[in-house]
Amino acid sequence: MKYLAKLASVGLAVLLSFGLAYSASADKLKVGFIYIGPPGDHGWTYAHDQGRLMIDNMLGDHVETTFVEGVPEGPDAARAIAKLAETGHKLIFTTSFGYMEPTLKVAKRFPDVHFEHATGYQRIDNVSTYSARFYEGRYVQGVIAGKISKSGVIGYIASFPIPEVVRGINAFMLGAQSVNPDMKVKVVWVYTWFDPPKEADAAKVLMDQGADIITQHTDSTAALQAAAERGIHAFGQASDMIQFAPDTQLTAIIDNWGPYYVKRTADVLMGTWSSGDTWDGMAPGMVTMAPFTNMPTDVATLARETMESIRSGAFHPFAGPINNQAGEEVVAAGAVADDGMLAGMNFYVQGIDDKLPE
Amino acid sequence: MFRLEPRSTRSYTAAWASPVLALVLTAVTGGVIFMAMGKDPGAALYLYFVEPLTTGSGLSEVAVKAGPLVLIGIGLSFGFRAGVWNIGAEGQYIAGAIAGGGLAVYWHQSESALLLPAMLLLGTIGGMTCAAIPALLKTRFNANEILVSLMLVYVAELLLVHLVQGPWRNPQGWGFPGTRMFPDAGTLPLLLRGQRLHLGSVIVLAAPFIAWFVLARTRFGFRIKVFGQAPLAARHSGVSSGRIVWQTLLIGGGLAGLAGVIEAAGTIGQLMPKISPGYGFTAIIVAFLGRLHPLGVLLAGIAIAVTYIGGEGAQISAGLPKAVTGLFQGIILFYLLAFDLFTRYRIVLPTRDTIQE
Repeated sequence: MKYLAKLASVGLAVLLSFGLAYSASADKLKVGFIYIGPPGDHGWTYAHDQGRLMIDNMLGDHVETTFVEGVPEGPDAARAIAKLAETGHKLIFTTSFGYMEPTLKVAKRFPDVHFEHATGYQRIDNVSTYSARFYEGRYVQGVIAGKISKSGVIGYIASFPIPEVVRGINAFMLGAQSVNPDMKVKVVWVYTWFDPPKEADAAKVLMDQGADIITQHTDSTAALQAAAERGIHAFGQASDMIQFAPDTQLTAIIDNWGPYYVKRTADVLMGTWSSGDTWDGMAPGMVTMAPFTNMPTDVATLARETMESIRSGAFHPFAGPINNQAGEEVVAAGAVADDGMLAGMNFYVQGIDDKLPE
Repeated sequence: MFRLEPRSTRSYTAAWASPVLALVLTAVTGGVIFMAMGKDPGAALYLYFVEPLTTGSGLSEVAVKAGPLVLIGIGLSFGFRAGVWNIGAEGQYIAGAIAGGGLAVYWHQSESALLLPAMLLLGTIGGMTCAAIPALLKTRFNANEILVSLMLVYVAELLLVHLVQGPWRNPQGWGFPGTRMFPDAGTLPLLLRGQRLHLGSVIVLAAPFIAWFVLARTRFGFRIKVFGQAPLAARHSGVSSGRIVWQTLLIGGGLAGLAGVIEAAGTIGQLMPKISPGYGFTAIIVAFLGRLHPLGVLLAGIAIAVTYIGGEGAQISAGLPKAVTGLFQGIILFYLLAFDLFTRYRIVLPTRDTIQE
């Protein structure tokens, strides 16, 4: 229902904006994007760029889009964001967690510009936040890994120990445990989002430690390709990466930002934009999965069923009982973790073979 | 075969003309590349090299970006003049930010006017401490300062990550890495409304002139020069190599540390996992582009900062990829090194004798 309502509102927005453009001046709305990597990473940034292109396709007559790529999180980000605001961009998407403070700082200087910060949690009147429930896809991946792995060890390349990443590791583990209670997950923290050589090195270390399936919370295809070289299986991340490892990728979590981007752009065109928080998952289609490949039919069927039950709401990846590493119950049987716990998740579930960096 | 023969005399003019020529040829090469990409070369070059200097916010951003590059570059030029190769300024910068920023983290409610000066001092000491390690190992065990200083960069980076994720993490930050924002008393005041230019830029601007005075007008500056150009002569005249190693590394580390704490207390306002986009390494290019001369380093720092800022403008206005910025910096260094080679050596064409060999 929610998805339908959203689609309808997007459609309406598009229609209205067409009408609007005929009456209004020829000035196009300028929409800017700040990227952490290059659109050619074929992962995280690529997915955002696909969303940007969808704006071009659907609203191209009224909107002009721009991006700045490879903007480091930190002091440089504020400058790049301000530069977009100064050059007349009225809607700016900042697409990495580390842009949170810079986005807020710049937003205060440009009160008539609308900002959208991906994966953050701080909002003001002209700053919205949005993110996807990637963990739903992580759970499905965990189920597949639990079925496929022979060594019973999964290698997980993690970026920064922030709740979003920890949540992904936990969801993956819960999925794996649901089919193989003895499953082990080994974690390597690389402290970067995009650094292909470092990502590949981490994959090699994990494989040397016995991992026979690799998954990553970083932005490039490097880990997948490293797994392909050793002939084991791995998952794509943020985009379908099958073309880089046709015999290796089991599936991929695909971030589908386009509909949200089009909707928010239409909101600005119509003057109905307001600050808010969006956290959507598989049900509204913000998270989708690449085809289940390189696995036996029964595993693919199980994966599809799991995905469907998450999508329909019949099953929640963080349904209790869930214990933390110390064995204490954090979610009781019959309950599910609420969004507050998910958003601030800073503990590992039982069975993860790693200590959360402190 | 062609041979390179050292020139007996070195032209002072050529030494200073080569960075200028390098910049000009970089622009020409860049124009050719833009043409090959189907862009108007004039417009693209304007976006890269001129546009940042035409607006108030552009100038302010160039100053903010050039600040750490100039400060670190000047510190490095002391060592490079003496043949002491400190490659780890990036780590000393981080160490300075940690030492100075830590003060603001612990006294996050302070309103004392002493907080900021204390932070700057501690930041400088932090950078010096980090540079003292290669100095000690070099003078005691003759360990290569290039390797030691470089490897300490990773130590400093990991220490920072550990601190902002662990003991110094913002307790109100939902577990996300990063310290609290520094209090006002621990933040360098902004100079212009709506711009990011801050008091640190004034400190940075003073540094080249102080450094010029020290290098040109003091006995210490003279010793550094002699030591770099004629180490044997220097030793015979009683200049201690150990002392020069210590002094130049401490100056380099101290200024890098100061740059780090200025960046933390000025532009960023907190400590986070990543506080430098590689300033410590880019400053090496800046030092050489500026001929290891303090005023030259100032100009070189500004030039490199302009390419960064212009690179962003070119992405926004002309859709040029970010890689062009890195390409420009690489081409500048290439031409500079090439010209330097020819100011020191001349090409000897092959003669019959050499062919027969």
